[in-house]
Amino acid sequence: MTHRSPASRTLKVEAIARVEGEGAMYVEIHDGQVLDVQLRIYEPPRFFEAFLRGRRFTEPPDITARICGICPVAYQMSACHAIEAACGVAVDGPLHELRRLLYFGEWIESHALHVYLLHAPDFLGYESAIDLAADHASIVERGLQLKKVGNEILELIGGRAIHPVNVRVGGFYRVPTRRELEPLRERLLTALDAALETVRWVSGFEFPDFTHELELVALRSPETYAVLGGRLTSTQGLDIAADEFDDHFVEEHVAHSTALHAHLLERGEYLVGPLARYALNAAQLAPEARDAAAAAGLSPDERNPFRSIVVRAVEIVHACAEALRVIDAYEQPNYPAVAVEPRAGVGCGWTEAPRGTLWHRYELAADGTIADARIVPPTSQNQPAIEHDLFHFVEANATLDDDALRHRCEQVIRNYDPCISCATHFLDMRVDRT
Amino acid sequence: MSPSSFPQKPSLAVWKFASCDGCQLTLLDCEDELLTLAGEVELSYFLEAGRATPGGPYDLSLVEGSITTAADAARIREVRAASKRLVTIGACATAGGIQALRNFGDVEEFLAIVYAQPQFISTLADSTPIAAHVPVDFELRGCPITKTQLLEVISAFLHGRRPNVAPHSVCVECKTAGNVCVTVAHGTPCLGPVTQAGCGALCPSYNRGCYGCFGPMETPNLTSMVQSLRDRGIDDGGVIRMLRTFNAGAPAFREAGDALAAETNEARP
Repeated sequence: MTHRSPASRTLKVEAIARVEGEGAMYVEIHDGQVLDVQLRIYEPPRFFEAFLRGRRFTEPPDITARICGICPVAYQMSACHAIEAACGVAVDGPLHELRRLLYFGEWIESHALHVYLLHAPDFLGYESAIDLAADHASIVERGLQLKKVGNEILELIGGRAIHPVNVRVGGFYRVPTRRELEPLRERLLTALDAALETVRWVSGFEFPDFTHELELVALRSPETYAVLGGRLTSTQGLDIAADEFDDHFVEEHVAHSTALHAHLLERGEYLVGPLARYALNAAQLAPEARDAAAAAGLSPDERNPFRSIVVRAVEIVHACAEALRVIDAYEQPNYPAVAVEPRAGVGCGWTEAPRGTLWHRYELAADGTIADARIVPPTSQNQPAIEHDLFHFVEANATLDDDALRHRCEQVIRNYDPCISCATHFLDMRVDRT
Repeated sequence: MSPSSFPQKPSLAVWKFASCDGCQLTLLDCEDELLTLAGEVELSYFLEAGRATPGGPYDLSLVEGSITTAADAARIREVRAASKRLVTIGACATAGGIQALRNFGDVEEFLAIVYAQPQFISTLADSTPIAAHVPVDFELRGCPITKTQLLEVISAFLHGRRPNVAPHSVCVECKTAGNVCVTVAHGTPCLGPVTQAGCGALCPSYNRGCYGCFGPMETPNLTSMVQSLRDRGIDDGGVIRMLRTFNAGAPAFREAGDALAAETNEARP
């Protein structure tokens, strides 16, 4: 629905496609000035944090996985880390490595889905990957096969790609033998080649000239490009532990969203996800990924959100290369999980979901009953940043006609691979020009 | 690939209500079959995969998610009216999903726990399956659904036959897979005997008991199941929690859980 007069107009997108979940966009322009931009999240609330109360401390990995079908492992891993912290247990060694391998499976699957099926059609002028496949079948096939390798990792270690069954607080129910992991090696070598091709392919796209100066926030660990745990750091000097989250961040409930907006105290909107991870941790990427990034012209100073697709492709290279290293070094642990005994207390944990940092906090009673649960997903952290980008993008491109502007605004949103199912506690685009 | 260039292709629509997106993602997870499928059917409305304008009529609609808002209760009636055949996919659409746990609590209290401004939120007291609102031609179970079963259902409806989806329990799948029974051999509590097959007995294959994510089988013996769980040392609170997860709203699980909860309350002094 578009109303247009020479000076003022309204643009709406009622249901944004190629995002996970349901949301809308509203933009109001008066005399060429942008008055308001809203990313409207109307995905109905599902109340996970409420019904986790009274459940056992062993249940969140299975229950919170259901928040998101695209990144269930992220929920399982953040839940495990938080609960293990509450119980004073650290899972390390080969079980930790197996968790990383499972998580790389999700990064590959989720990033390949976004790069090929959701985001690339924007740059190439197609409505969908299905339409893209009609002209470029081999490219879409490459993406699907890459995605499939991610799913194969999830299926082998987790039992299935969506809502894996093999994750538990303390580790796994069953750990694979070296021999069982062996077939993944060859698949990952093929995937690594496809991932390198992907970086070359997406780095050749045309990117709008647009940058932002948002604070970038991501986990950092001394040893590796952080995935599981670490300290939360930023481009403006933030450096905190998981239990300090509340001292630095605030969640706000706004009328146009069933997702809570997160802000950095006294600094406002910020950004999590691939661009932030790359800005902060690029030096820790696998050599294959570092080389691919350099060849693609990326630098840690990259601030064009449209180029996040290149960073995602680089992260697929990293995930494939690291997954291969985990498999090569794998020694089957003697036990599938470490014992975790409940105790009264609070535990916080975080991991790098494909879309950014995912924080969980659990308060447990002495018998292991959950007294309180809190979850802050990446998209609700990025929602204010997406609105910030939309505002400035529309301001700079207000002369575009409604269709072109609407199309570009949808792209701005998809730059963040928003996962609306996750964020709800999350899109329809409207632009009002008056 | 416009519909007009292939007037003979049947049209497929995918709809989302309250859910995690996992069941519709199952369609995109058919990496080897997706492009073939796209050649056989017109993906007329599939928001996650591309832009489209709702209209219809559609030859087959796949519906994911449960009804939790008044707006969605109205929208599902529009979807039904625009669909020649309507198949619900997954535990949310067939039983209300994990979000049906609100049905056992007070939604006002849930709102206050999660949201600072509950007045901004519009939601119903219960999460209900699609079949509670409109006639459904087939229900495909699972949290999430299984890819092979999804392809079977699409293929069956496009050819005008009933889907070949077995109604028996997970136990049968364990026998087919050659699994040692986790309950008999290790005393592991397992909902396999009362749970609909379809996952391929995943959990027992990974040394854990089935947790019922495909919901109740056709004729489950919950009385015997509850006793078996008690025999493995699960207290009644634990049994209730096992029944109240992703298919908490499925009648057989709901009734058994409610009966046990009533008993537990009576037993309290």
